[in-house]
Amino acid sequence: MRESPSDNLLTPTLLTMEGVSKSFLGVRVLHDVSLTLEAGEVHAIAGENGAGKSTLMKVLAGEHAPDTGTVRLDGTEHSFTHPSQAQAAGIGIIHQEFALLEHRTIADNVFLGREPTRRGFVDRRAMEERTDQLLTELGESVKAGLTPRTYVRDLPVARQQTVEIVKALASDVRVLVMDEPTAPLAEHEAGLLHGLVRRLADRGMGILYISHRLREIFELAQRVTVLKDGRHVITARTAETDTDQVVRAMVGRELGAYYPPRAEPGEWGDAVLTVTGGGNRRLRGIDLTLRAGEVTGVAGLQGSGRTSLARALFGAAPFTEGSMTVGGTSLRPASPRQAIRAGIALVTEDRKAEGLALRQSVRDNALLVTRAVPTRGRPPAGRGLTRLLERVRLQARSEDQQAQYLSGGNQQKVVIAKWLAAHPRVLLFDEPTRGVDVGAKAAIHTLVRELAREGLAVLIISSELPEVIGMSDRVLVMSDGRLAGELPAGADEEDIMRLATGHPDHSDAA
Amino acid sequence: MSTGAAHEAAADTRTATATAAPRRRITALLGPGTPVYVLLVVLLAALALSDPSFYEPDRFLAFVKRAAPLVILAAGQYLVIVSGEFDLSVGAIVTAGVVVAAELYGSYPDAHWLVMTLVLLLAGAAVGLANGLITTGLRVPSFITTLGMMLILEGAVFYWTGGSPHGSMPEDFRALGRGSAFGWLPWAVLACLAAGVLAVALMRSDFGRTLIATGDSERTAALAGVRVHRVRVLAFVLSGVAAALAAVLVGGFSGVSAQAGRGYEFEAITAVVLGGVVLGGGRGSVVAAMAGAFSLQALFTLLNLRGVSGAMESTVQGVIVIAAVGLGAADWSRPRRRRTHSTRGKPS
Repeated sequence: MRESPSDNLLTPTLLTMEGVSKSFLGVRVLHDVSLTLEAGEVHAIAGENGAGKSTLMKVLAGEHAPDTGTVRLDGTEHSFTHPSQAQAAGIGIIHQEFALLEHRTIADNVFLGREPTRRGFVDRRAMEERTDQLLTELGESVKAGLTPRTYVRDLPVARQQTVEIVKALASDVRVLVMDEPTAPLAEHEAGLLHGLVRRLADRGMGILYISHRLREIFELAQRVTVLKDGRHVITARTAETDTDQVVRAMVGRELGAYYPPRAEPGEWGDAVLTVTGGGNRRLRGIDLTLRAGEVTGVAGLQGSGRTSLARALFGAAPFTEGSMTVGGTSLRPASPRQAIRAGIALVTEDRKAEGLALRQSVRDNALLVTRAVPTRGRPPAGRGLTRLLERVRLQARSEDQQAQYLSGGNQQKVVIAKWLAAHPRVLLFDEPTRGVDVGAKAAIHTLVRELAREGLAVLIISSELPEVIGMSDRVLVMSDGRLAGELPAGADEEDIMRLATGHPDHSDAA
Repeated sequence: MSTGAAHEAAADTRTATATAAPRRRITALLGPGTPVYVLLVVLLAALALSDPSFYEPDRFLAFVKRAAPLVILAAGQYLVIVSGEFDLSVGAIVTAGVVVAAELYGSYPDAHWLVMTLVLLLAGAAVGLANGLITTGLRVPSFITTLGMMLILEGAVFYWTGGSPHGSMPEDFRALGRGSAFGWLPWAVLACLAAGVLAVALMRSDFGRTLIATGDSERTAALAGVRVHRVRVLAFVLSGVAAALAAVLVGGFSGVSAQAGRGYEFEAITAVVLGGVVLGGGRGSVVAAMAGAFSLQALFTLLNLRGVSGAMESTVQGVIVIAAVGLGAADWSRPRRRRTHSTRGKPS
């Protein structure tokens, strides 16, 4: 853990928010919240969805004016009424949805709206030189392959985020707010981002870092503030607190074990799904058995073929070679419909684009599969549907509520309900708890284990290693489109990473 | 896991449902089309003020009879729009249907009206099938497919008739468009009612729910096992059948003309949009779309009563369609909330 800069009494407090309250339509979303940020500090903000994190940050960024309370930057009080004023004062915010123009270059984006001019024309050269310089300052690992003339649309998500950061640097931002920056990233990309955040802090920038991920909070931040229901719960030095305390503050109750107990070896049943020599454009030589009652974890770096594996099993991007059996019958599904008819279900990674019809009701989403594939049983109606939604512990205003207005966790529960209605034999989860708050996460984990106990075969793909390790009865590791190895329950992160990065200790495994 | 907690949560859900504010329940019941019902009521009130005899039973039924083809077209168009597509060919199907009926009666003067109607409905289904297969199978945007189909049908009608269709339709066939059952209830009103009931039942069925989910998110639907192509093709087929039914009514009502269905495609789209149905699919109710059709017809009638030139109809329609989309008839709850936020965000 690094020395907190605030230990040095000479450093003035960079940012002070005091007694901030905010109501919308008479509903109080922030109650008297206070917060300080030192120059060079990474200060994590944690809390469940709806705790008020985003609203607090929007107050800071001038997107909402507070009802009461003050914002002081370097001792000067500001009352921003527009984001541009906050920007001018040196406050930058990187939202989860990036504010980038995809069809423009990096340099264009970095200087958007304040392009340097020469004799009345945009001085592209100056723009590009300055952008290049900023990229270089961030170090070779960050710059790798980026040039000022690269088009944003050609960049993967992680690199687009880098562009947002360069944008902040170019406008001399002193307080940078990052809203769940690692949510869309894979583990190793997150590592790169952490390095970058540390470097920004070393330059004296103050960083407010919103995150669900406790591990990164403890790795990265000097202090952590927890909000719950719009109120400040604690602010603590990460060196002086621990995960349990932060989790307790977030959920306001004790969470027993983080993950439900695993299955005993005797609880596994027969093989429900087998693949022999499965392959397609992205995958090769896949040999796999999923057993009833067992939770199988899949780990691997981004691009290692984890998602491709799930999509192949589900027939969305089918295997083109090899053979597969489901419930003893030979079937290599060529479409999701075929897979569903055989009793396979896939909870996709991208919940909003592939898991839900966002503008439809909870009911219509939950019934979608059974309505589309009648052979999986009649759509549950009335009491049956209510029981199903209770089963997944959905918290919604009513069955008529549109899916888009649910929290991430409840959205995921609806997706799971949609599959359970069709009585699957095999449940595939791709990133089951991405963007889901801590409470819902525990509920989903418990539910997944319950389902396994009832005899479903479960596959969990996750880029969060603790999740894979905590949930799985065994862990498969993917690398470069192959299954690089299998590890027993409770394997540690190092073992997994060694296999995932293709550097096993004994490198004779063919 | 404690089932107690689950029960508690369920109880919460139930009480929340039960105590939902009545206003919200009404809005939820009417859906995003709420404004169109208000508009319809206003227009009908305005009609009563302009013409006190408007609500005499036969006058009002005559109004519904005139609106019937558009209401049926709007219901068909709704199915296509809510699945995320367009059908521009319906006006041309109406024209072609009328002309084909007249020509067929020229050759088979003794054909039973029911047989003729079924032939037309089948032909409409065939055109819809072509639209659907081309759009989904060849991935031609439906805007282009159905625009092309409209031109093809219009050209074919012109070629076949040389611009002035001849042949006439016998009284028993025309009765559907202009006659009345029991001497007072126009058959067209019955047809309109039947189409409405069928459309509502369809949208409550598994097919209807799947159709709207497909319009909302094609990928989600496909990954849930929905045969999205088949569902969309069926929507086009039903739109074609609706257009053919409208042709039967229009032919009966106004007789043979090579312009019988001109402009109906845009009137139908305007009606649907007016009903708050979102272009691009996934949102809106078929009842609101049909209410949109009634509103449009009421507006035309009102303009007529007020002595506004019939030539202004399309201008008014243009203004309406832009205004309806522009004012966010698509989703009234959201823009309003956003506006409230931002004004509250500013200091007073």
